[in-house]
Order: sequence, then C-alpha cells, then structure tokens
Amino acid sequence: MLEVRHVSKSFRGLRAVNDASFEVPAGGINGLIGPNGAGKTTIFNLIAGVYAPDGGEIVFEGKRIDGLRPDQVCAAGIGRTFQLVKPFAGLTVLDNVVVGALHRSKNVSEARIFSGTILKKLGLDAKAHLPASSLTLPDRKRLEVARALATRPRLLLLDEVMAGLRPTECDQMVEVFRDINRAEGLTILLIEHVMRAVMALARHIGVLHHGVVIARGTPEQVVRDPAVLECYLGEETKI
Amino acid sequence: MKKEFVYLGILAVLMLALPAVAGPYWLSVATLILYFAYTGQAWNVMMGFAGQLSLGHSLYVGVGAYAAGAIFFHYGIGPWAGLWVAMLLCVALGLVIGFLAFRFGISGVYFALLTIAFAEFTRIGFDHLDWLGGPGGMFLKVAQRDTWDVLNFRGPPLMYYYSMLLLTALAFLGCYFLLKSRAGYYWQAIRENEEAAQALGINTFRWKMAAVALSAAMTSISGVFFAFYYNNLFPHEIFSMNRSIELILGPVIGGIGTLFGPIFGAAVLTLLSDGITEALAALGWEIPGIKQVFYGLVLLAVVMFLPHGIWPAIAKRLKIRA
Repeated sequence: MLEVRHVSKSFRGLRAVNDASFEVPAGGINGLIGPNGAGKTTIFNLIAGVYAPDGGEIVFEGKRIDGLRPDQVCAAGIGRTFQLVKPFAGLTVLDNVVVGALHRSKNVSEARIFSGTILKKLGLDAKAHLPASSLTLPDRKRLEVARALATRPRLLLLDEVMAGLRPTECDQMVEVFRDINRAEGLTILLIEHVMRAVMALARHIGVLHHGVVIARGTPEQVVRDPAVLECYLGEETKI
Repeated sequence: MKKEFVYLGILAVLMLALPAVAGPYWLSVATLILYFAYTGQAWNVMMGFAGQLSLGHSLYVGVGAYAAGAIFFHYGIGPWAGLWVAMLLCVALGLVIGFLAFRFGISGVYFALLTIAFAEFTRIGFDHLDWLGGPGGMFLKVAQRDTWDVLNFRGPPLMYYYSMLLLTALAFLGCYFLLKSRAGYYWQAIRENEEAAQALGINTFRWKMAAVALSAAMTSISGVFFAFYYNNLFPHEIFSMNRSIELILGPVIGGIGTLFGPIFGAAVLTLLSDGITEALAALGWEIPGIKQVFYGLVLLAVVMFLPHGIWPAIAKRLKIRA
C-alpha cells in the first residue's frame, strides 16, 4: 500500500533519515519504533508532505506522493495525527472533527452527522459541544485521531498517540484501533515509544536507529534481533 | 438560537425607525456607527475568521473611494458602475498582497507589516497622481441634497443612512451564513492551527486568498460610500495608518471573530468618542489631546479586563451565542 524507497532527509547537515526503506502492506496495523531522535517523526512528516525528501521516493497505492503538499497527501487518502497535539482550541470538539469530515462530504449538516458517529467511536460524544481547549491530554489525543479519521483515510499515520496515556487509557485506545482496523479495513502505521501498545497492536514492525531501518519483521522477531537489542539496551559485553 | 433572532429583529426595527425620531446630528452619528460596523465586519472576515491580521485596510477604503470617485469626477458616471471597478481593483490588490505573503510564508506580524507597507506606498503614490488631484485632494461635486438621486448616489443624509444600514445588514447575514458554511469551518481551522488544517486536506493558500479577496471587496464598498458621503478625498487622510487602526478598533473592542462584535464595538466607540467630547465640553476642560487620553484609557480598560471583547461577555449574560 505504502512504499518508502531509499528516502533520505537532512537538516543543516544532520542526517535525520538515511536511505530508509520499508513497506506498509494494506489492511494491517504496522509499527515504527526506535529510540529518541531515530528519525521516526521525520519519516512521518516526509510521508505526510510536511517536508520533501532529499532523495528516494514514497509511493502510495502506486502513485508517488513525495513532494506533495500536506493537503494533497490527505486528499490522496492518508490521514495523520500530530505527536504534539494541535487541536483547533477555539472550536468545539465536534467542530474540530467537522473540519476533517468536510474534506469528503462538502455538505455541512452531513459532515456534522458523520462527525458525531466518529466522536462516539472514540468516546468523546459527551464532550462534543465543549471547546477543544477544555479537553485533558488523553482526550486531546483522541480528538487528534477523530479528526484524522473524519477525512476517511485509507492509511492512518499515528504519531505517538499513546505517549502520556495511563496503561488503562492506552488499552482503550488499542481497542479503538483494533475495532477500526477490523471494521473498516483501515491500514494503520503507528510510531510508538510505548512498547506495550506496539506489541499488542502491530503485525509488522520496523525499527529505526539513527535514521536507518535496522530491522523489520513481526514483533517476536524484532525483539530478538541483536541489532535492535543493541540499540535499545546497549551492546552485550562479556565479563 | 431563537432568542438571538428576536433581539436582532428588535434592533432592526429600531434602526429602521431611528430617522423618525433622530435629528440630523444623531442621524450622522448613526451613519458613522454603521460605516464602522460594516467596515469592521469586512476586516473581521480576514482577521476574525481566517486569522490573517491586516493593519492596512485603509488601502482598500482609499482605492475603492478613489476609483468610484474618479469615475464620477471625470466622466460623471455614478457609483453603481464605479463600484465594480473599485471592487475589482481592491480584490486584485488583495490578491497581490496575499500571494506575496502566503506563497513566501510571510505570516503573523510580518504579514501585518506587509499590509501596512502597501497602504503606505499607495498613499505616497496617490500624492503624485495629478489625475486624482494629488496631495491637494479630489472634490466631488456636491449636488442638491434634498432630492434622492439614487442613480448617482446623491441625496439627503437619510439616503446614506439607509444604504449603510442595508450594507451592514447584508454583511451581517452574509457572514452569518459564511461562518456556518464550509468556508467558515476552513477559515476558523486555519486561524486556530494552520498546520493541522493543512493535514486535514485544506488548501490553506487558496482559502487564505479567498478570505483576503472577500475582505478587500467588502472594504472597497466602504470606500465608495466614503467618497460619495464626504465628497472629498485626500491621500494622506484616507490611506493613513490612523484610518486602518480606527477601522479595526470596532471589532477588536467588540470581539474579534464574533458576528455581532464589530457592530457592537463600532457603536460603543463612536458613542464613547462623542460622549467624551460632550462631557469635556460640559466640564469646560479644553486641554489639547485630553479626549484621546480618555479614549485610550477606556480602550486600555477593555483590553485588560475583557481581552476577548465586550460583546462575548454581554452575550454570555444574555445567554445567547456571540
């Protein structure tokens, strides 16, 4: 569904992403993990059109999307959330989602109805008419997801939506993603620090370290990979 | 929801009936209030809805006024034709400013500076345009003021009052429906967080351009009105920074981004300004600049205690939406 081929990106000489390649197969939940500063968010921003890559190509459903603007990437069928949540603080929770929903249905009342169902799915329906600025962090993260879902993406990029959530909240969120994935066949690519969430959700995991993809595979394979252990836990030393 | 329309209906009836009770002085005050209410609404489309701060809206007032004024002055053609020229010119100017700013990522304060720069160099340019009277100004012929010459927009003060009332009402209704439309949602999303708006598929460049174009077109009508109401135009007056600031005080004090804020703010400020003049005259204080000091103090108090404007606070009391 999504193919990232030999993509590189530097910021003022710092190689944030270096010749990274991976695929996201259609229909599954996939994880991208890696320690701090590994280049995860940069890869997301490259896919989402925030930056254009210095080299390589990104192909979504057979079409190249690298170099497109974020709104064009969204129109192509990719939704995203932001690691640092960016709610439309002055608007109500419902209106936040309506903005996203208007992307597919140009009719406002239709978009409002559709947004209502999405809020229900994420358990935000009771807060629909509160200003988004009044939400707690976990709710803001849910709102990010709701807004992205409202654009009816075929691929959803989730940037650390679990970070900062308590384990029970995290499990709730995991359930929501499982449901959506099962019910609508939505493909999900998530970046996570929270290993517990990734292990529970992802069928395929890519591990990024210093901008390089060092391992790919199922969660079980990845956690036993020596290169991954090295970057997470340090080198094995014999005493 | 219902309550708001009842209040608005009462207000509309009162405004329609006002000339029956108001003398020439109060009619001119009311016309001025409506002028600021309408122009504030036009500015509000850009800043209040789409979050793009313009501090150079006198540009559109001036160009609109001069365009329609010059066509009348030189060719004797009334403002109904000049209006379209004024609008086209202002939309073109707005799009140029918008293109420069939004294409090259100039935003916030820098965007505001760009709008000031355009107003300023237009002022200087107009000082050198002899065809438009240069710094000496352009004076439209003042015709008989007691007959309604609608074709040439010449007539008694009553005509100007009602035309401004109509404009303000239309702008209010237009903005009401706009805010509930897709454009309204998109503009507010851009205002609140442009990056997130773009990630949700909004072509932010195009929608910001649309806001600037609409705001410029609306403001140009203020200019046309200005030309035919006051009959004299001077570049250093109409394009001045003071005028730009004056135009935005209404919505700022009334409540940026609200529908009724610009109208309410215009009324408060105009009445306040007149009230201070009257009060100072009654007290016999004739210190130069003292009026501005009082005016400034009131503005300061509003900004400090009601940073979102007066209208949202009142709307809350009345239990209606701002």
